[in-house]
Amino acid sequence: MSKSHVHPENLPQALRAEALEALLVEKGLLVASAVDAVITRYSERVGPMNGARIVARAWVDPEFRQWLLEDGTAAIGQFDLEGGQVEKLVVVANSAKIHNVVVCTLCSCYPWAVLGLPPTWYKDPAYRSRIVREPRTVLHEMGLALQADVQIRVWDSSAEVRYMVLPEQPLDSAGMTEAELAERVSRDVMIGVAR
Amino acid sequence: MDGIHDLGGKHGYGDVDHEVSGTVFHARWEAAVFAMVNAGARAGAWHNFDRFRHAVERIDPVAYLAHGYYGRWLGGLETLLVEAGLVTTAEIEQRLKRVSQSPPVSFNEHVAARPKAQPDPMGPLPQMAGSQRAIPVPSEFKVGDRVTTATEVQDHHTRLPAYARGKSGRIAGVHGGWVYPDDNAHGRGENPCYLYTVTFDGLELWPGGDPLLTVSLDLFAPYLKHVTCPANDAQDAQESK
Repeated sequence: MSKSHVHPENLPQALRAEALEALLVEKGLLVASAVDAVITRYSERVGPMNGARIVARAWVDPEFRQWLLEDGTAAIGQFDLEGGQVEKLVVVANSAKIHNVVVCTLCSCYPWAVLGLPPTWYKDPAYRSRIVREPRTVLHEMGLALQADVQIRVWDSSAEVRYMVLPEQPLDSAGMTEAELAERVSRDVMIGVAR
Repeated sequence: MDGIHDLGGKHGYGDVDHEVSGTVFHARWEAAVFAMVNAGARAGAWHNFDRFRHAVERIDPVAYLAHGYYGRWLGGLETLLVEAGLVTTAEIEQRLKRVSQSPPVSFNEHVAARPKAQPDPMGPLPQMAGSQRAIPVPSEFKVGDRVTTATEVQDHHTRLPAYARGKSGRIAGVHGGWVYPDDNAHGRGENPCYLYTVTFDGLELWPGGDPLLTVSLDLFAPYLKHVTCPANDAQDAQESK
């Protein structure tokens, strides 16, 4: 789909949302400032910085890494996460010859508590339709050129299990602290559209 | 249901519009929809994600593609609120006339003016029970088993995508018992069943495609059948050598 040139505030669905909001407030079903609370929560507290902390821990602590790959749900318990959508978390590890990438073709399932709310492209038809069929081409278009002999493992989140990719540690990051390493981990590498 | 939402493998949707920035909401109304979906759960319009997902699948297919993620959520939410008798379409239309006449609220102005880091004034969400349920019988399949997926599809919520129907794969994970979305979305009970990760070779799904691709899906037991054909047994024996 091509980029929208309409301001997102002027879309028909924006007006309809505003209308429904006014109605729910009138009926006492919604407090308007709940919208602010949602913005704060998902902009400041719930986001990919949480997944980045988990990846950095796995890079510095081999025992944690093993636990994370064997039982992701239990392993992330110590991180005091909020945001939901990780009733069961499976973490899949990249290696030199294996690349993992996550999608939800039926809706837009995503591990909110570790990665926050998904980016728009993750929810759009282009990514959802193509990444299960021609991932090497899509990843290349998105800036990730994989070598021809790298296996691609696509995880289509079709139930309540959520997936996160554990990337390989960048070679030039040896000796960094866990906090410095976390700064190096982007949302995109944990979805699997970057390395 | 063979709906517009079932996008895996479809052609014609163009390039991925890859926004690298971490912008969460691009306009205030998107966050308002999120807050209203939560409010809908508090008001009892929906109680489980299966029902919510199915409501999104039932919106107008043109709107599904054109209105974006929060537009789809809005459509699904409106359906659920109307079906629960909490609002009527006429009431929404009436408010729509009013807001259409006033200038839209700019997201950036709103962000600048909003109070920072307040707790949710509506308190915590109602506790959703989660979807895992213990099943007192052993699983039908074990890791390594060869299975085929169902070919038929009914006009109801299901989590077997069209591209993975009638295909052969291997059990790669056994996740215990989970609420069965096909029934739970329609108020027919939770009817928990085993959930499996099934891994398919890319070539099984897309003949002539990428030979180094596998695609894994999480599929419920009713979607799966054991493969017991002798040719596959022979192949299994070959592969296990």
